[in-house]
Amino acid sequence: MIGGLFIYNHKGEVLISRVYRDDIGRNAVDAFRVNVIHARQQVRSPVTNIARTSFFHVKRSNIWLAAVTKQNVNAAMVFEFLYKMCDVMTAYFGKISEENIKNNFVLIYELLDEILDFGYPQNSETGALKTFITQQGIKGQVSEFSLTKEEQSQITSQVTGQIGWRREGIKYRRNELFLDVLESVNLLMSPQGQVLSAHVSGRVVMKSYLSGMPECKFGMNDKIVIDKQGKGATTEDAGKSGKQSIAIDDCTFHQCVRLSKFDSERSISFIPPDGEYELMRYRTTKDIILPFRVIPLVREVGRTKLEVKVVIKSNFKPSLLAQKIEVRIPTPLNTSGVQVICMKGKAKYKASENAIVWKIKRMAGMKESQISAEIELLPTNDKKKWARPPISMNFEVPFAPSGLKVRYLKVFESKLNYSDHDVIKWVRYIGRSGIYETRC
Amino acid sequence: MTDSKYFTTTKKGEIFELKAELNSDKKEKKKEAVKKVIASMTVGKDVSALFPDVVNCMQTDNLELKKLVYLYLMNYAKSQPDMAIMAVNTFVKDCEDPNPLIRALAVRTMGCIRVDKITEYLCEPLRKCLKDEDPYVRKTAAVCVAKLHDINAQLVEDQGFLDTLKDLISDSNPMVVANAVAALSEIAESHPNSNLLDLNPQTINKLLTALNECTEWGQIFILDCLANYTPRDDRESQSICERVTPRLSHANSAVVLSAVKVLMKFMEMLPKDLDYYGTLLKKLAPPLVTLLSAEPELQYVALRNINLIVQRRPEILKHEMKVFFVKYNDPIYVKLEKLDIMIRLASQANIAQVLAELKEYATEVDVDFVRKAVRAIGRCAIKVEQSAERCVSTLLDLIQTKVNYVVQEAIVVIKDIFRKYPNKYESVIATLCENLDSLDEPEARAAMIWIVGEYAERIDNADELLESFLEGFHDESTQVQLQLLTAIVKLFLKKPTETQELVQQVLSLATQDSDNPDLRDRGYIYWRLLSTDPVAAKEVVLAEKPLISEETDLIEPTLLEELICHIGTLASVYHKPPSAFVEGSRGVQHKRLTGNAGSGESVESPDTGSAAGATEAPPAVIPSQGDLLGDLLNLDLTPPTTTGPPPPISSGMQMGAMDLLGGGLDSLLGGDLGGNPAMGTGFGGAPAVMPASFSAPVSGGLDDLFDLGGGVGLPMGAYNPPKTVWLPAMKAKGLEITGVFVRRAGVIQMEMTLNNKAMSVMTDFAIQFNRNSFGLAPAGPLQILTPLGPNQSIEAALPLSTVGPVMKMEPLNNLQVAVKNNIDVFYFSCQYPISMLFVEDGKMERQVFLATWKDIPNDNEAQFQIKDCHLNSDAASNKLQSSNIFTIAKRKVEGQDMLYQSMKLTNGIWVLAELRVQTGNPNYTISLKCRAPEVSQCVFQNYEAVLKN
Repeated sequence: MIGGLFIYNHKGEVLISRVYRDDIGRNAVDAFRVNVIHARQQVRSPVTNIARTSFFHVKRSNIWLAAVTKQNVNAAMVFEFLYKMCDVMTAYFGKISEENIKNNFVLIYELLDEILDFGYPQNSETGALKTFITQQGIKGQVSEFSLTKEEQSQITSQVTGQIGWRREGIKYRRNELFLDVLESVNLLMSPQGQVLSAHVSGRVVMKSYLSGMPECKFGMNDKIVIDKQGKGATTEDAGKSGKQSIAIDDCTFHQCVRLSKFDSERSISFIPPDGEYELMRYRTTKDIILPFRVIPLVREVGRTKLEVKVVIKSNFKPSLLAQKIEVRIPTPLNTSGVQVICMKGKAKYKASENAIVWKIKRMAGMKESQISAEIELLPTNDKKKWARPPISMNFEVPFAPSGLKVRYLKVFESKLNYSDHDVIKWVRYIGRSGIYETRC
Repeated sequence: MTDSKYFTTTKKGEIFELKAELNSDKKEKKKEAVKKVIASMTVGKDVSALFPDVVNCMQTDNLELKKLVYLYLMNYAKSQPDMAIMAVNTFVKDCEDPNPLIRALAVRTMGCIRVDKITEYLCEPLRKCLKDEDPYVRKTAAVCVAKLHDINAQLVEDQGFLDTLKDLISDSNPMVVANAVAALSEIAESHPNSNLLDLNPQTINKLLTALNECTEWGQIFILDCLANYTPRDDRESQSICERVTPRLSHANSAVVLSAVKVLMKFMEMLPKDLDYYGTLLKKLAPPLVTLLSAEPELQYVALRNINLIVQRRPEILKHEMKVFFVKYNDPIYVKLEKLDIMIRLASQANIAQVLAELKEYATEVDVDFVRKAVRAIGRCAIKVEQSAERCVSTLLDLIQTKVNYVVQEAIVVIKDIFRKYPNKYESVIATLCENLDSLDEPEARAAMIWIVGEYAERIDNADELLESFLEGFHDESTQVQLQLLTAIVKLFLKKPTETQELVQQVLSLATQDSDNPDLRDRGYIYWRLLSTDPVAAKEVVLAEKPLISEETDLIEPTLLEELICHIGTLASVYHKPPSAFVEGSRGVQHKRLTGNAGSGESVESPDTGSAAGATEAPPAVIPSQGDLLGDLLNLDLTPPTTTGPPPPISSGMQMGAMDLLGGGLDSLLGGDLGGNPAMGTGFGGAPAVMPASFSAPVSGGLDDLFDLGGGVGLPMGAYNPPKTVWLPAMKAKGLEITGVFVRRAGVIQMEMTLNNKAMSVMTDFAIQFNRNSFGLAPAGPLQILTPLGPNQSIEAALPLSTVGPVMKMEPLNNLQVAVKNNIDVFYFSCQYPISMLFVEDGKMERQVFLATWKDIPNDNEAQFQIKDCHLNSDAASNKLQSSNIFTIAKRKVEGQDMLYQSMKLTNGIWVLAELRVQTGNPNYTISLKCRAPEVSQCVFQNYEAVLKN
């Protein structure tokens, strides 16, 4: 298991060092600094073996988090834990920065003591942790000694319990929930317009402000579910719903979702954590609505000049508006000057980024826009060809490119006197570009 | 109020001030002080002097303060065992506290304090906590058993904690179950044969129930444990699989991978014609693909595992090629892994797409990635015959780019294509020859030389080309030298008339001027072959080569099976069995997949399983060691049928920056070479069997053979410890350092041979030591004034002083050294014989000896056995004296010689010894007494080394 956990700043100074196992010595702290942080060549793997000791690291802005072990640990678990640690710290004190870590080092040690025991990850849900580790700023100093016996056992049963992510006795005057369907659409297209790969990775994020221990059931236009129900319905209905349903390649759920129930009935039921969390992630590859099409045209005019023309076409309902559109056209390293003409938006050559950046604030569906540029090159005798990185795009659209629709989210709380109808529900769809590239 | 201020106090007298603050009456001030202490501890300052003062703060009702003190205790208790006892009472009291959080905290912390006296007191509270009414305390106590087992395994067994732990598997709380499983699994690992984790259908059922209810981490512990179970039959196997599959939808990638592990393993038990088998295969693909949208580090772990899964069951992901296409902004480690999997999945159906992608990649920026992409094109050609032509033309296009490393990679792979499709693409040879001059990497040079030799009859100026390589023969790497030798011999056999001189030249270069045994041996073999029977030589050297197998770089099947059982763990990331990187007894067990015994069908490798021909031989597997293509050239050296797993020692050497085994091995070998006079005769005798028909041009070499025979038998004299390799060339960009520590006339010296095995000149040498147990430090700079050319070596003696900074090392005589040259800084560690620290005035007065012997407590006495030593007591005494171990008195008691000896270390530590020698008994007994008992082990080892040599 994890033998120790170290946090360093960008200079390689140790901010936090917690050793869990006897086989990890103080020299491990230095070994990582020398061989990874200060390594002359950038380290090419997130797992490094130095003198039979393995180091796992992740970096958050300038901060390095490293887990150390001498055993054959579950590597996936270690990385998941490191991410979780980042989440927990962020939930407690915001951004992970040197200053914040120094300011909260006592708290971090306390957390590390609680969520890792002898290198085994324990309960790491912030919801549960915050009930008894309240050292710092946000909540006032509450010593456990002031807790009543019931409170104590409530804490321990929650930390160890089956519903470790939610505490009992939550009360809201207004029961409300927000569902955000956030999708990122990824595309790799050949210069000829052939789709090399396209997929949507989506997340359903829920903000729940519900009293008690509500039992929730979530439904969407999942093809498998719709088809199953469609069997009983009339042919007309089946045809109609069949069109609207989507095929989900795979999905993963927050630990609150009863996986065995999903596996057998494909229904998504759970008791949600309080506040914001990610209910599910999914991936689709079929029938994706590609909101934009990029048509590049690059011509080399002699050795010192390039002509670039890029057309973008929006491909969705004219009534909808895409926002924050940005097209990034890479330029060669030996570019000496660029002239740009665009019909819409603003375009600028950014020498430091080796790219022409074309920004359009808003664009309706079924429209087209164009940019053309002349790139002057310095003559070089560099034999190596320019790699021609792909043209990439960023945008935001108010629909889900996968076609996913939320059908319902039912809330049942038998012990308290509010029903599904009393809950105020909000649903929002946002489609963003992931890696949306067209080769040129 | 912010805590960052605690990091900034660095003024002098800090410890003193802290002491005062810790003893302050004000609570707030106390807490502040403890925080400062913890901050200092974090940055590595030694604050152990404050131990009693910090422990005094433990008796507090402020939980925050208490936790801080505990943190301090865990760090320093080991260095202050006597004072740590002060804490015991508080711990025991806290274990009875009404607040479960405090009970758990106490038992958790106590388990982390590795002091014997504390562990004694731990047993009773632990027993109570294991049966505590609160699950939070029980789950903490479960882990504590594993902690205690790590400190004192015997105690855990004696106290019956293992049984209590087993009972916890049936606990009502899922988290307690998970932690108990984790603790038991860990303990079971260090007792490979015990039946500790007695997995039977009932316990499995309990685990599967807990699986649905516990935290994500608990699920991982349980799944990893389940993977060790062997189901009784396929029905049980299927029912477990059914209950595990829902986990594939978990958001935590580690849960998913561990579930995949269980499924991959249990699938072996299922009959292949079962419907469920097919369903399961289909269910595995989507979650594996989903892992690729995780964070990059997890993607890397997933890809390394997918690489294994694809080799074991290619059918799972055969339609998912596209998801492994490289994205422009993937981190390089993800890119390289994706490329590997793309090639594994390449088939006739998708080859066009794959090739188009690879061509894109070959124009990228990152050198490693481009190289791998070029190689991948070659592998496609070999794997999918239909694509070979297109691949070759792509490669030729790439050669036209004239980008140096692209050209070199392309030539290396084209050589393999030649071997796979003989007499098909030889028309490209002319293009290849044009690029001869630009090749500067050994592998590419060797490949080109192979091509020239193999197709000598089609290349008009083959002799000129090879001759041009011969000029710098000694500067070439071994790989190139070997290939050049073979190529010229081939050329000679094909065109004997005009190349006699050339072959003569290369044979003499290889046999007389080279000190590489491989090269010499191969040279002699050719030489004898050519001189005995040229026809036979032709048959041997120009024999038809077996076609290379289409799948290269496959992991050897038994290793693959083992790695499948380790999916998700480090072993699957390194692609090495745990024993290669885990020390001690852990991980030594080799896990194996258990096949489906019921249907009588043995576990076949996937390739043969799907192959149409029933009598087809299994494909030859080339074991690779981290290299992409598993150097196909080596086919010439090692037959492709070597399928044994790579020896763990060699893989160990690649991994550790300081590997002691490596050094040990070399020294063993060194000793053998020096001490084996038979070697000389062995060599000398060889020519005698040579037939007289040994042809004329060879006679010069024959003489030399005899010379060689004379040269090897070294005169045996006084014992000189052999030099050992401290820094192998492969770890230090071509710099090899061998060396030995000696004490000459009271001066400690480090005698080193620096050997430049790289292609470039090395200059600006400097050396530095890490802090070490006896304060060894260079007494002056490393005197290497002349630049060190390629293939040159230089001797250097570095006098050492013992006044450097001191830090206790493990083992005590370990020394970490950094050597710098114009290329880089390299690190290695070595161990010095402790005898070099024995000073010349180490002879104690008799009375002083007696008094000191009595004065040192008996606890400090250590007794050892020296076996198989055939010296009498006087000879032993003389031998030891030369190492500054002085005999003060000798006594005869009941036929035994008792020698009383003393020695003194440079830092003033005296070691007293009593050596018991019994005539006729080759085993000596030695008792050592010293105020610093840590050195005893080292001193004993030194005794052994001196007496046995």
